[in-house]
Amino acid sequence: MSAVPETLKFANDHGLHTDDHGGGHHDEHQDTGGNTLFGFWLYLMTDCILFASVFATYAVLYMNTDGGVSGKDIFDLNFVLVETAALLVSSITYGFALLCAHKQQKAGTLLWLLVTMALGCVFIAMEVYEFHHLIVEGNGPDGSAFLSSFFALVGMHGLHVTAGLIWMLVMVLEVLKRGLGAQTVTRLGCLSLFWHFLDIVWVCVFSVVYLLGAM
Amino acid sequence: MSHSAETTAHGSVKSYLVGFVLSVILTGIPFWMVMSGHFGKSVLFYSVVSFAIVQIVVHLKYFLHLDFSVKGRMDTFAFLFTALIIVMVVGLSIWIIYSANAMMM
Repeated sequence: MSAVPETLKFANDHGLHTDDHGGGHHDEHQDTGGNTLFGFWLYLMTDCILFASVFATYAVLYMNTDGGVSGKDIFDLNFVLVETAALLVSSITYGFALLCAHKQQKAGTLLWLLVTMALGCVFIAMEVYEFHHLIVEGNGPDGSAFLSSFFALVGMHGLHVTAGLIWMLVMVLEVLKRGLGAQTVTRLGCLSLFWHFLDIVWVCVFSVVYLLGAM
Repeated sequence: MSHSAETTAHGSVKSYLVGFVLSVILTGIPFWMVMSGHFGKSVLFYSVVSFAIVQIVVHLKYFLHLDFSVKGRMDTFAFLFTALIIVMVVGLSIWIIYSANAMMM
């Protein structure tokens, strides 16, 4: 019977199946992981489009300040530079955590995950401080269309980072409890895609919102 | 599965470090350009946008390991398709709304 399901054919084309290399139980785990990572990547692509729509909203609204503050008045680039540094360093420390996980080094994985979480917390704490500061000064999201779109865009990125931090905490507990099994490493791989993706979104945020807004 | 395939799929310490150093440079230059105040608006606009695009490519290559290998090709095509949609969503929104603004003046 040549009734191979389309999904399997696709997986073969995709190079996820490694039948030529001898098959076996271990390889099957690798295949599942590959498909999981690809599926998660497709989810991230839809998330990209969500961010793109909010960026488009910001781009068409940022000049509508209703006589209030504009980006030039409220953005402190030194502050943003520190936020950016925290997120960028957290990207490479997560990379080190994933490399340790692939080498089955439990202590190293946990250490780098905790460092990444600490840096992520620094980023979120700074963003909460910035938002709080703006609201106290009377420049909350209800101030103008510019402020609404600014809070929506930067806040949505912040919520994603917060979700990533909660996920990372769960992964730390999972690694502590179950060690570095194939499934756990696949999950760490998905979180890696998520975390690096958020760094890419932040590159767009600091360039479009802060740098172009402050000049 | 051979070991060399593993290292290319997940990167190495060296590839992460190369990506990190490039990102630091590509972040530092636009920040410096805007903060120094030595440059005109249009120069700044095109520089900031160009540095951002280059940095995104660096992140995709060194942190997300996108490539055109048989294994990773579908990820890359999915991204390229998404990038096309993003350019249309953002570009056309800006075009429509800015034209509308200009016509209402």
